[in-house]
Amino acid sequence: MSRTTFFEVEVLDGRTRQQLCFLDKVEPHATIGEIKSLFHKSYQQLYPARQDLKLDPKGKSLRDDDVLQNLPVGTTATIYFKDLGPQVGWTMVFLAEYLGPLFIYLLFYFRAPYIYSHQDVFTSSPYSVVTLACACHTCHYIKRLIEAIFVHRFSHGTMPLRTIVRNCVYYWAFSAWLAFYINHPLYTPPSYGDMQVNYALAIFVLCELGNFSIHVALNNLKAEGGPKCRRFPHPTKNPFTWLFFFVSCPNYTYEVGAWASFSVMTQCLPVALFTFLAFIQMTIWAKGKHKTYSREFKDYPQLRMPIIPLLL
Amino acid sequence: MSAPAMGTTKTAHSDVAPKKKRGPGALATAYLVIYNVVMTAGWLVIAVGLVRAYLARGSYHGLYYSIEKPLKFFQTGALLEVLHCAVGIVPSSVVLTGFQVLSRVFLTWAVTHSVREVQNEDSVLLFVSAWTITEIIRYSFYTFSLLNHLPYLVKWARYTFFLVLYPMGVTGELLTVYAALPYVQKTGLYSVTLPNKYNFSFDYHTFLILTMVSYIPLFPQLYFHMMRQRKKVLCHVEEYKTE
Repeated sequence: MSRTTFFEVEVLDGRTRQQLCFLDKVEPHATIGEIKSLFHKSYQQLYPARQDLKLDPKGKSLRDDDVLQNLPVGTTATIYFKDLGPQVGWTMVFLAEYLGPLFIYLLFYFRAPYIYSHQDVFTSSPYSVVTLACACHTCHYIKRLIEAIFVHRFSHGTMPLRTIVRNCVYYWAFSAWLAFYINHPLYTPPSYGDMQVNYALAIFVLCELGNFSIHVALNNLKAEGGPKCRRFPHPTKNPFTWLFFFVSCPNYTYEVGAWASFSVMTQCLPVALFTFLAFIQMTIWAKGKHKTYSREFKDYPQLRMPIIPLLL
Repeated sequence: MSAPAMGTTKTAHSDVAPKKKRGPGALATAYLVIYNVVMTAGWLVIAVGLVRAYLARGSYHGLYYSIEKPLKFFQTGALLEVLHCAVGIVPSSVVLTGFQVLSRVFLTWAVTHSVREVQNEDSVLLFVSAWTITEIIRYSFYTFSLLNHLPYLVKWARYTFFLVLYPMGVTGELLTVYAALPYVQKTGLYSVTLPNKYNFSFDYHTFLILTMVSYIPLFPQLYFHMMRQRKKVLCHVEEYKTE
């Protein structure tokens, strides 16, 4: 004698309202994630990460961990489907976005053929700052790759393919553009010489260390808390994390600092432009994050600004 | 480009399906009416100027000079529309409107004004005429819409004339940029070469070529968007009978 009432789930296309799939004998405690897997069985191409399921075609998307019987549906649930397009896992995303600039810059540093004039192929710059800049740029992206593989934990599983292509074009093109000038045979070293380079380098290194410390701190926060317990980041014993007293997103602060010091170190306008655009984007993200924190936590520190201490 | 600002087809004075109206307040509406009336008048001045100059000279040649000042004034004045979107009294995208206005301002100042030798080209007349007719219709459309009294003729014109005017304007613009190329290359206009203190270079000649190339993906998108808008707006009139 069965006491469980099985659910029936019909999946309709969100736009055309055509029935795509009918699932019967679905367990009441089945999650949306499990329903996505069942749907995937009928449509090989549409793996779960590509599926966007909703109860109302204009409403919010259902989460993978939502349980069927807790949703406002009768025993026959109507769910609307939308194809999010090809998705790529976050780790792959970062690999693509970071390996590009890494290798592209090196192509320019070593003056590969067809970039500069024929007599400059495989020559090297007489200026030490050029080699230093290459080291900084390369280390920056190696650090990012290490973080992407070992440190970051991602809340969403994937990113749409279109977005990655767009991001990669942006990162790759920009790094090519700035590498072109820094490694150019007609490159002019900084006006204030070694002093300018060394001070800028020192700040660059500090900002990279700071950025890394923040990523580790954020990662530990996720590890300790688990998905249900949400806490906001605090300063720790590491002095680099003390920036948390002043800003919500010190990782972005340090990132801007690193690129700004790189601009000063190379005295290269394209780098400054890249820094500026990155600053705008990260400010937008920081403001969003700051708002989320402020709304979610009643005891959120008043002193904190999104990205620049006391200012922005 | 010469297309009427794409984003502004979804304005508060929406004539498509009844949408949630986030319209401007009374003061903003008054301001916008004045703005649109002034712009309509301005472009009418340009239109009249062109006709009078043609009748006086008897040829199409060199008409640019007769309307140079009002063209610069009123086309540059359109930058205010970006502000309108930013402030929120016009519910269009800042980015889209900005892009449209900037491309017009670019052609007016950075090409036609800056490269004197192209000012005599017939292609300049081609895009100026296209812009003039388009803008007169567009600004009167907004004026009437804001006053909630949009004659069908104006709506029809807004969504029909572009079919000819848009390609006409684009052709004029492209030909003008193309005509400017040799002069830009020769004089190195707006270009910066290496070596310099900030390790930067900019070749305006290449930039102009890239601008021309960018028309290839952009023009069809905007054109077909307007065609879709046309279908939506003009073919649903029977259903809603708002006028």
